[in-house]
Amino acid sequence: MNRVLNLKNIKYFIGLAAFYGIVQILIFTNILSDYYQVTMTTICINIILAVSLNLITGFTGQFSLGHAGFMSLGAYTCALITLHISEQYSFFIGVFAGALVAALVGFLIGIPTLRLRGDYLAIATLGLSEIIRIIILNFDFTGGASGLSGIPQYTNWTWLFIFTAATVIIIKNFINSSHGRACISIREDEIAAESMGINVTKYKVMAFVIGAFFAGIAGALYSSYFYFIKPDLFGFLKSIDILVIVVLGGMGSISGSILASVLLAIVSTYLQAFPELRMVIYSLLLLIMMIFRPKGLMGTKEFRLDDFFRKKPIKVK
Amino acid sequence: MLEQLIQQLINGLSLGSIYALIALGYTMVYGIIKLINFAHGDIYMIGAYVGFACITYFGLGFFPSLVIAMVACGLLGYLIEKIAYKPLRNATRIAALITAIGVSLFLEYGTMFIVKANVRTYPPVLADLSFKPTSNIVINIKQIYIFAVTIVLMIILQYIVHRTRIGKAMRAVSADMDAAQLMGINVDHTISFTFAIGSALAGAAGILVGVYYNSIDPLMGILPGLKAFIAAVLGGIGVIPGAMIGGVAIGVVETMVSGYGNSLYKDAVAYAILILILIIKPSGLLGKNTREKV
Repeated sequence: MNRVLNLKNIKYFIGLAAFYGIVQILIFTNILSDYYQVTMTTICINIILAVSLNLITGFTGQFSLGHAGFMSLGAYTCALITLHISEQYSFFIGVFAGALVAALVGFLIGIPTLRLRGDYLAIATLGLSEIIRIIILNFDFTGGASGLSGIPQYTNWTWLFIFTAATVIIIKNFINSSHGRACISIREDEIAAESMGINVTKYKVMAFVIGAFFAGIAGALYSSYFYFIKPDLFGFLKSIDILVIVVLGGMGSISGSILASVLLAIVSTYLQAFPELRMVIYSLLLLIMMIFRPKGLMGTKEFRLDDFFRKKPIKVK
Repeated sequence: MLEQLIQQLINGLSLGSIYALIALGYTMVYGIIKLINFAHGDIYMIGAYVGFACITYFGLGFFPSLVIAMVACGLLGYLIEKIAYKPLRNATRIAALITAIGVSLFLEYGTMFIVKANVRTYPPVLADLSFKPTSNIVINIKQIYIFAVTIVLMIILQYIVHRTRIGKAMRAVSADMDAAQLMGINVDHTISFTFAIGSALAGAAGILVGVYYNSIDPLMGILPGLKAFIAAVLGGIGVIPGAMIGGVAIGVVETMVSGYGNSLYKDAVAYAILILILIIKPSGLLGKNTREKV
């Protein structure tokens, strides 16, 4: 009990609750308009996607370009369940069913493909997520190219906050556990990790399945907020968008992913004023960032409040 | 029935030749610096637009336009390598990959900003002739041009790679970059040259596609780019004859699937081939297995 209820965790909990409360009051009093609420939803969903991809790519070092495929599985499963069962609890079932379907497919895909290394894995995951998209496109019950519309809206700030906070906390704790350490050792040197007795395949698949699970949750939240989904939303470019957030924030930094999700949302909000140049500026920013700071904003460091309150930085000689 | 099969085969070979030309650029660049050059498909798109400009605005014929498009794309490939990839030569693989994606987005949306997003119709530069060896087989003159141009370019490429000093340098750098440098080979120069040649081939493919399908748009490079990459992996990445065989194979399979099966699944089949080859023989049809050393 003491390990969970220590002073630090209580402080974090109070901080999170206060943040939730303030935003909720701002929504109730209409200070935060609908437009900002949409941006905020996008930020939360992007945080879930980026943190879960960071577990696969940043911490375990397995290059995945197929995250949008898992997201689409979650989105379609949740949408189909909430469209056909209209009960209070159907959203809940939808989100978890979506996450489980994504995790199951992640498991089935992961076992054969995770033997591949580096670029080959990236291309294989890209191919698989495109296959998922094409299959969804050709089924009748998924609405084909026109997609599903009229999905009941259950996602609100409360659910977004709970799922985003839970994703970040669970993945952070996973990384700090012995399983997470095993994943990091695979990133650092796969052969060395294997010779130290770490079951490389098991941990790769584990990271992949956990990542897919949370991508499924993000997809479910997405479909239940925006009423409408179609296969084109979850193409190759969506996977790249998520990867860009992870790389910009820093591979192997959860706070970096959160920071990059918020920053990119702000940048794209400002760029809406120039619709034609938006993608040109975005790609130039990406290039400049990669040429001058290839390790991302945070590198592998984490952002901690303690660092600000400490008076003098400790120097290591 | 047999005639229909031959007809599909001819169509597949024309498409496959175009994939093969693009795949050559992927395979050479990957062989030399281990980078998936995502911008390669967009260089092919630029080639199609340069050809379009030459034919429409300057009234040039097919062959002068082809040469100009190839030179322009070669220069573009050279510049992209110098500006975007050279500073990242020693960075992580993922940083280089994201840079390639950035270059790709920049070319797509930069072109879209300049020429607008609408689809353009390619001017009829070749006479619309076709002849029929039998009653049910039609060979279009454009298909003959595609075969001829592809074969000539591949012979030139083989000559450059195997019979010239720069080709020898390219082979040496792709075998072992450090050792090549120690032997006095200018590695930077060789890499730039590889990019220029690969991009010139993509430019040729661009103008051929414009002439064959009659329409071009700024996002036309994404899908053929991915499929050409699949072709390069199928043939064995880094192996030049492999890219040719892989390109033709993907083209033929794709045409067969849309001819006999469901054309909506033709893209899925290409990806399925990719995953199967990666799982069964990741080094590709003509690739050699390399042992991993610690």
